[in-house]
Amino acid sequence: MRGNKILGIIFSHTQDDKLRELTDVRTTGSVPYGGRYRLIDFALSSMVNSGIEKVGVITKSNYQSLLDHLGSGKSWGLSRKNSGLFILPPFGRGNVLHESKVEALCNNAKFISHSLEDYVVLSDSDVIYSLDVQKVVDQHIAKGADITAVYKEGAAPEQLGASLMFNFNEEGNAESVLIDSQCQGTCNYGLHIYVMHKEFLLSAVKEAYGHNRLNFSRDIIAAEVAKGNVYGYKYTGYSAVIGSMKQYFDASMDLMKPEIRAELFGSNPVYTKIRDEMPAVYGLGSEVENSLIADGCQINGYVENSILFRGVTVGAGAVVRNCIVMQDTSIGENTKLNYVVVDKDNSIGAEREFAGEESYPVYIRKGSLI
Amino acid sequence: MFHKQECVAMLLAGGQGSRLYALTKALAKPAVPYGGKYRIIDFPLSNCVNSGIDTVGVLTQYQPLVLNDYIGNGQPWDLDTINGGVHVLPPYQGQNGADWYKGTANAIYQNISFIERYDPSYVIILSGDHIYKMDYSVMLEYHKEKQADCTIATLEVPLEEANRFGILNCNEDGSIYEFDEKPKVPKSNKASMGIYIFTWEKLRKYLVQDEENADSSNDFGKDVLPSMLNAGERMYAWSFDGYWKDVGTIDSLWEANMDVLDPNVPLDLADKSWRIYSRNPAMPPHYIGNNAKVQNSLVTEGCNVYGELEFAVIFAGVTIAKDAKVNSSIIMPGAVIEEGARVEFAIVGENAVIGKGAVVGCDPQSVENRENWGVTVIGPKVKVGEDAKIAPKAMVEADVEKGAEVQ
Repeated sequence: MRGNKILGIIFSHTQDDKLRELTDVRTTGSVPYGGRYRLIDFALSSMVNSGIEKVGVITKSNYQSLLDHLGSGKSWGLSRKNSGLFILPPFGRGNVLHESKVEALCNNAKFISHSLEDYVVLSDSDVIYSLDVQKVVDQHIAKGADITAVYKEGAAPEQLGASLMFNFNEEGNAESVLIDSQCQGTCNYGLHIYVMHKEFLLSAVKEAYGHNRLNFSRDIIAAEVAKGNVYGYKYTGYSAVIGSMKQYFDASMDLMKPEIRAELFGSNPVYTKIRDEMPAVYGLGSEVENSLIADGCQINGYVENSILFRGVTVGAGAVVRNCIVMQDTSIGENTKLNYVVVDKDNSIGAEREFAGEESYPVYIRKGSLI
Repeated sequence: MFHKQECVAMLLAGGQGSRLYALTKALAKPAVPYGGKYRIIDFPLSNCVNSGIDTVGVLTQYQPLVLNDYIGNGQPWDLDTINGGVHVLPPYQGQNGADWYKGTANAIYQNISFIERYDPSYVIILSGDHIYKMDYSVMLEYHKEKQADCTIATLEVPLEEANRFGILNCNEDGSIYEFDEKPKVPKSNKASMGIYIFTWEKLRKYLVQDEENADSSNDFGKDVLPSMLNAGERMYAWSFDGYWKDVGTIDSLWEANMDVLDPNVPLDLADKSWRIYSRNPAMPPHYIGNNAKVQNSLVTEGCNVYGELEFAVIFAGVTIAKDAKVNSSIIMPGAVIEEGARVEFAIVGENAVIGKGAVVGCDPQSVENRENWGVTVIGPKVKVGEDAKIAPKAMVEADVEKGAEVQ
């Protein structure tokens, strides 16, 4: 067959309740990140770069902006005759809205079972990473694992959503797993990315659903760890789990480091929806330091330690420090912003002033007129 | 079966662009990078799509590899449609032998069967050499209103420069009575822009006739248009009054790029109602480092800027290292300007490397004899060694050793 026998499944919604302001108007997968991306672009691009040709995106609510972003999947090379991108609506069976990953997978069991691929990779969209999924599947097969969980070794991020901490033996076999616990120092924390054989996944979720065990982490992953055939795949590249506004802010600022940009974008491209904006225009008197600037920006003021998304304008005399300014927002002349996350389509007038703190950036919601 | 199309566009993209020298050594002129993220051909292609013309034949001949690759299936311009779309048309071998495209008219003649598949009422002939935004549908309306057989787009040029253009002499109603190729004493300042709309039936007749004439050079301007006029066909001039620039020379290519930085030049690339589309390299936003200085410049995705930019147009994936200075220059995709290098009034080709401390080009003010000054060009993939010095007006096509001086 064509392709590499791996089916991708992305949950677009799993952190909707944790990112509060950012997900008021959208689902986790379509949260803007890094000047021109949405969170889902990283999982999706990793899959495409690994040769995956069929990806299902599970949705739950507030997914209009996600649909707008993904379109036909053209930007990821997933607009195809065979396979390609499939948006899986929340009402997969009758009118039962899924409340958990187990239900969501059950609702979409037909989509999975009808796919010709043998293996399934499951990913949330709240993790920034660049992973060769083929290598995970190769290890999965070599180990004869039932489940392979992708993990990272290091200090666990705070507020890691539905986090799993694994203990592995020398073979990489998981001996135990802790859910939602705190750990001091170095540990092996899961990145919410799993590889399974298609048949194994289907029977595991059906079984769990049948017994009304609906917690994916507890009733599938932890239960299988207890049975002894879950292996870990150690991911060593850059990753960031976005589980709060603070984590979102920090993960955004990480992109100022050249070595992190090289890890994320250097060897494999990250694809996103194309907007055909002209290059950024720097006017006379513009001053920019340590910032990431997207196409379509018009800069006439001062910008430092900030990320400007596509189509942002900064008026003369404006001072933008430590900010994330999302697409198509305009910042008026002589306005001062410090530690502010400005959502898209905002119009901030002249001579305004907003300041947050590093530990608590101020957030300005989408479409405000200030 | 093909759907009938009212108007099919034929884009002449076979030009060598020999006056761009090093820049067109390995690629056709329409594929030359322009304006920070575009290639010249993005302009006519985007104009077609924005004007509602979605069947485009692109005639290629000279060094077509980069161009073919760039056009691909036409997806960046929304030209991957079910009917029509973009078609690359190289010369081909037929039953009666094979021929290169002998001239612009011959190129269209050889593709009559392509055009006829769409049974068009009109054909618009475009070239891939110009930077401009034009609504061809307005010109087509004019063509229909005048019941013309041929309509030629014209631009008013300063009378003192009219001797460099093909000038059209017209009656008051816009009908053309005379062609004046590079006239010594121009009677009018209406210059032909090389954009023609023909009623297809008529064009077909004259193309066949022209092909039968062994003395013809098979060129639109020299042969087909004059013979139509002599035969008394209805030919009209349509006036265009926007920005238009032929980027056929190093100086004009440099100027046209600098024009994008000039707010007084009427070429708005940010206009959302007339977007210029291009193939996207999938790179992250550009990064401006600490101590960098960027003024009056255009910077796009994938760039890393640690040095100083002033009046610079920087293409995708370019690196400007610490203490490097770029002034009044164009740095094409993937080029690297290393630490402390200075680039002034220059065009640096794709993936070229300017070594540490090298000096490329200079300000016209700092040259005693202006005759010796010109825009410096570093060819694609050329490596200029550390501390090398490249004189103004130089055209560098081969690597330059460390410390060397090139005149």
